[in-house]
Amino acid sequence: MSTLSVQDHHGVHHDEHGHEHHHDTFLTKYIFSQDHKMIAKQFLITGIIMAVFAMLLSILFRIQLAYPDKAFPLMETILGRFAPEGRMDPNFYLSLVTIHGTIMVFFVLTAGLSGTFSNLLIPLQLGARDMASPFMNMLSYWLFFIASLVMIGSFFIEKGPAGPGWTIYPPLSALPKAMPGSDMGMTMWLISMVLFVASQLMGGINYVSTVLNMRTKGMDLWKMPLTIWAFFLTAILGVLAFPVLVAGVVLLIFDRSVGTSFYLSDIVLGGVPQPFEGGSPILFQHLFWFLGHPEVYIVIMPALGISSEIIATNSRKPIFGYHAMVYSLVGITVLSFIVWGHHMFVTGMNPFLGGVFMITTLIIAVPSAVKTFNYLATLWRGNIRFTPAMMFAIGLVSFFISGGLTGIYLGNAALDINLHDTYFVVAHFHLVMGSAAIFGMLAGVYHWFPKMFGRLMDEKLGYLHFWITFIGAYLVFFPMHFMGLDGVPRRYYAFTEFESFERWLSVNTFITWAAIMAAVAQVAFLFNFFYSIFFGKKTTQNPWNSNTLEWTTPIERIHGNWPGEIPTVYRWPYDYSKPGHDEDFIPQTVPYSETMSSNLPHDFENNPVGMEEYNKWTNTQRSNEEVK
Amino acid sequence: MAQIQQKDREDYTAKKFVMWLIVFSSFMVFAAWTSGFIVYIGGKGQGLNLKMPTTFLYSTVTIILSSVTMFLASKAAKALKFAQQRMFLILTIVLGIVFFVLQLTGWNDLVSIGAYIVNNNAAQSFIYILSGAHLLHIVAGLLLLLNSLVGSYRNISQVKRIFWMDMSAIFWHFVDIIWIYLYVFLLLNQK
Repeated sequence: MSTLSVQDHHGVHHDEHGHEHHHDTFLTKYIFSQDHKMIAKQFLITGIIMAVFAMLLSILFRIQLAYPDKAFPLMETILGRFAPEGRMDPNFYLSLVTIHGTIMVFFVLTAGLSGTFSNLLIPLQLGARDMASPFMNMLSYWLFFIASLVMIGSFFIEKGPAGPGWTIYPPLSALPKAMPGSDMGMTMWLISMVLFVASQLMGGINYVSTVLNMRTKGMDLWKMPLTIWAFFLTAILGVLAFPVLVAGVVLLIFDRSVGTSFYLSDIVLGGVPQPFEGGSPILFQHLFWFLGHPEVYIVIMPALGISSEIIATNSRKPIFGYHAMVYSLVGITVLSFIVWGHHMFVTGMNPFLGGVFMITTLIIAVPSAVKTFNYLATLWRGNIRFTPAMMFAIGLVSFFISGGLTGIYLGNAALDINLHDTYFVVAHFHLVMGSAAIFGMLAGVYHWFPKMFGRLMDEKLGYLHFWITFIGAYLVFFPMHFMGLDGVPRRYYAFTEFESFERWLSVNTFITWAAIMAAVAQVAFLFNFFYSIFFGKKTTQNPWNSNTLEWTTPIERIHGNWPGEIPTVYRWPYDYSKPGHDEDFIPQTVPYSETMSSNLPHDFENNPVGMEEYNKWTNTQRSNEEVK
Repeated sequence: MAQIQQKDREDYTAKKFVMWLIVFSSFMVFAAWTSGFIVYIGGKGQGLNLKMPTTFLYSTVTIILSSVTMFLASKAAKALKFAQQRMFLILTIVLGIVFFVLQLTGWNDLVSIGAYIVNNNAAQSFIYILSGAHLLHIVAGLLLLLNSLVGSYRNISQVKRIFWMDMSAIFWHFVDIIWIYLYVFLLLNQK
């Protein structure tokens, strides 16, 4: 199973244990690879393709919202029976919204983000040769790939893809005859998601086990980079929350296919009463949101971890409040399991229970604010280098603030009566978990591209990509707040039938054009990404002068990561601009004995021998001064 | 250098930890269903509304016995008593299969008293979901046990054999404990 080969550069390869030298074929290197770096790239590229697909879906439904009365003959050419005479079919509109949400939340921001960066960085930043179980890791990618195929495949069946929204609430999702989107497309959605959850569990279990068991010498938990802390806690969230989704989905499948009544009661379909009795659709919402809420933190926490690392590196400053950053991640992790009720304030929930969920929800503002202030304090008077990765990381902070603030309003059980299911919600989560998380992911791509492909991405295209996307995202989502405050409901096919909403048509048109602009900007990224893989500028060993372990591995990315022994770690990852040192960074592999001039007393907590040496050295320095 | 490589390969701590995490996530599935059950009967004001068939009591005894034989098999494996190890492993597998059959008989008993899976009292449908999902775990456990049994005949290192024994033991005891949990849970909600 384990094919870790340690390459010996001195040519003395002891093969006494009968380990054959591993030769990669095309199949084992690019397809059924068990190397975590290759699996990370597979996740990334699949994630990017899925993201482009889901983005195009959003452009389609944006066009419908901007021009509800216009016919586009071209649309019929592309979509066929889903847009008869150039007018989008209302059922297809619902499918677009559903699949856009599903792909973005699960396939891009869960698998594409965690899958890529946890796989790439956990072994590299911790000093491990590979994951705990490389075979399971490979399986994780391939299940994800099959899940993606099934999800996209649902566009090619007669009745179209699933349509009950990404939250698939029953009874709509439980009755195949309720609407076209509840039929075969819904079945494929369920199959795809079961495969997806299996994939994420395999990945998550691997990440947790690797972080806890396979750190290199000296890498105790408090010397781990914040990226790893974030991936670790994200994986714990996934391992605890995804099984609950499976539990809910299994009951839904039984309701759909066997005829049980877990979620169904008193249903009349097309004038015919159905035999279901005694079920509770609210039960599904409980099970779904017990996953669903941790899921939004599964989406944002890796992005927060990535930007912690990038902001510290590019501010040339230690991250402000390292311990506070870790504890706030832990706080978010724990709290995320006791807030799911805030998605259900208006389901007839006991107001007392609503109050409890409101309080727990608002408490999440505390760790979130701690993180935000720490980012700002890290940037404060830093020696900032505005690399494209840094721009995207700062963009994340901006979205996290502007989207997070509206969360405080939505978390109120009383205000939620007005705001639930309006565009205010859409604006909130697209900023705080959509835009923020995708910016974190893009920041990670720009920052670790040299580690993945050995080449650099073009900076100018990166800036172009950043500014248009950043402005575009605000232009798209900011006006939605006002629509939501006016009561415009989400997921509606057209607002022309409602006199009170008709005045928002001009805003919808504006949003659509902003969205098209932001979508076109992604071409700059796609070109930059794929062009740079083959023709980008060759990278140096440590292009960002970073402290973490991944930059000590050779540029060629060998299987097993380090030729020879894995380096030992002596210090935390954020020794940037340490006073007294001749360079503005000290990698984790440099022992304190080599940096006497920059050591500080608190570097030697719990290390009496080191403290003694430090005192001896400072005394000698002092006596030398006196001699002068 | 080859030593590092060997050390990398023979260290099964991380892989064994993977099994513990699988156990945790499986537990979450059952925890979700039993919580869902509580929410459901809380809304209805009544529980299963039936008496659990005694067959489930017999199956519970069987699976507890299989845990004992599993423990003895692990002990024998660590003491290098291979014949004993194989005997207890085979015994565990047989008890596992008996448990499987008894559970199906239990379903049959449920059907005979009119507690079908398609039911207007979904609490009764839950029995099938819970025990059915548990049976899937039994199948996985039996496959792991078979793997350990085959491993005890094959020419592999003792470390690896013990590793596979540990993997099956962790999982099999978990499957046992989960069933006791489910059975007691259902007994408490018979009203």
